[in-house]
Amino acid sequence: MIDHIKLASSKSKGKRPYFHEDPAVERVLNITMAIAGELAVMRERMDTMERLLEKKGLVSQEEIDAYVPETKEEETQRQEWHSEYISRVLRIVQQEMEELENPDKSIADIANDIDKM
Amino acid sequence: MAKNLPPVWNKIAKHAMMPETNHDERARYNFLASLNKHLAHVSQGNKMAYEKRVEPAFKAKNGRNIASVEELQEAISKDSHYQIWSSLRRSTMEMRQQAGRSIVLRQAEELRDKAEGFNKGKSTLVLDPNCKVPEYLLAVDNHLMPGSYHTELIEGDVTPAANYDSGIFVTTAGLLGRYNDGGGKAITSWVKKTYPDFAPKRILDIGCGMGHNVLPIARAFPNAEVIAIDTGAPMLRYAHARALDLGVTNVTFMQMDAAKTIFENESFDWVQSTMFFHETGGKSIYKIMNEVYRLLKPGGLTLHIEQPQYTNDMTLFEKFIRDWDALNNSEPYWSKMHDIEPIDLMQASGFRKEDFMQIGAKAENDLDDGTQKAEEPEDHGRSPIWNVFGAIKN
Repeated sequence: MIDHIKLASSKSKGKRPYFHEDPAVERVLNITMAIAGELAVMRERMDTMERLLEKKGLVSQEEIDAYVPETKEEETQRQEWHSEYISRVLRIVQQEMEELENPDKSIADIANDIDKM
Repeated sequence: MAKNLPPVWNKIAKHAMMPETNHDERARYNFLASLNKHLAHVSQGNKMAYEKRVEPAFKAKNGRNIASVEELQEAISKDSHYQIWSSLRRSTMEMRQQAGRSIVLRQAEELRDKAEGFNKGKSTLVLDPNCKVPEYLLAVDNHLMPGSYHTELIEGDVTPAANYDSGIFVTTAGLLGRYNDGGGKAITSWVKKTYPDFAPKRILDIGCGMGHNVLPIARAFPNAEVIAIDTGAPMLRYAHARALDLGVTNVTFMQMDAAKTIFENESFDWVQSTMFFHETGGKSIYKIMNEVYRLLKPGGLTLHIEQPQYTNDMTLFEKFIRDWDALNNSEPYWSKMHDIEPIDLMQASGFRKEDFMQIGAKAENDLDDGTQKAEEPEDHGRSPIWNVFGAIKN
């Protein structure tokens, strides 16, 4: 048996070109685009589910499109989900801000500090 | 309505060799085809950035215009739009390969078995274990396809071809038609129209790959003996099985280097190649053309569908952006081949200047439902708009 997961992501021959001054930008962009792709895949799957539900007469697309939360609790649950999701995705920005607010020592420095504690 | 949406992947023709795909795999191809199309439009920003930022900045600094493609490359490589476009484009092509390989590698054995079912005991598939893969193919994985056309991950592997067949739709945003054969169809129509009395008995297709472009020719001339050669065994196994499933039985697929075939002098009426020469090498291209000349009967026809030529009236920017795919989508010989005038290449092999011909061709696309007509920028290196050169041997 071949390792199809690993092989699917193999590199092709030839040094890979990087277009940004910092290769880290390229790396992050590639990971982000892969996730963008998977989100599109998920969206297409949802679309299929909605259409199948409609065909089977369970839920219509209009019902889905027209749906709004009906109770305060439902509203809160939704907004909480968004808030948590955004915080999760933009974690690093928040952490950089916190660092800016409270400049931190490096862990190596802290190790030296602790060594004296 | 949004203009010029690529067709959904499931429109492409199913045949027995086409890999099985699940919902998410098809969705991934749909996403990537759309992303490719999007980037073809965003590509227009490169020209804008070049004209508005890159060129003026160079002029201000150096007191003169950019004088070469190399200078242009150096200058534009620092432009942020060019950087993001390039990295997105590269990423898209890598994702296309990953998506294709993740489909075919998980079913490598099933695909191999299917091919064997068609191929076993057939005289129309002739593999030669002594056939060497040419150096120019070993040097690079063309269009970022890991392992290229020849690598066998399992015995009897056909996955390189299955990946190619299922995924070329993404690169071309579906413009090659349901069977990816828009090139073969276009050349067949042109030949039929231009030479209505032409009745070739023996036809050779060189660098046939998975055989997608030779089938329209074989169908158009059902009484002809058609031979299609390639050095990649996985491509040939798949091509042969695919052809049989599609009901085409007059093509013999043979593993052979186009630079040194085993055929007799003057034994073919038509020698064809489609998108082949730009994946060869600087010396091989001449050897192959010599071979084409040797194999053609007097009065025989040879035609080669290729990438658009570079012309003297092209701006530096146009030359540069046309070379982007060559260098960054790993089709490196294409960046050299356009320095060769096709007429010189053919004359060097013995064809006469007055017999040389050059025409433009566009893919015949049976997926075109009329919604693909809006004006669009040319997607350099991707649009199925080609240069065809050739000659009649006299």
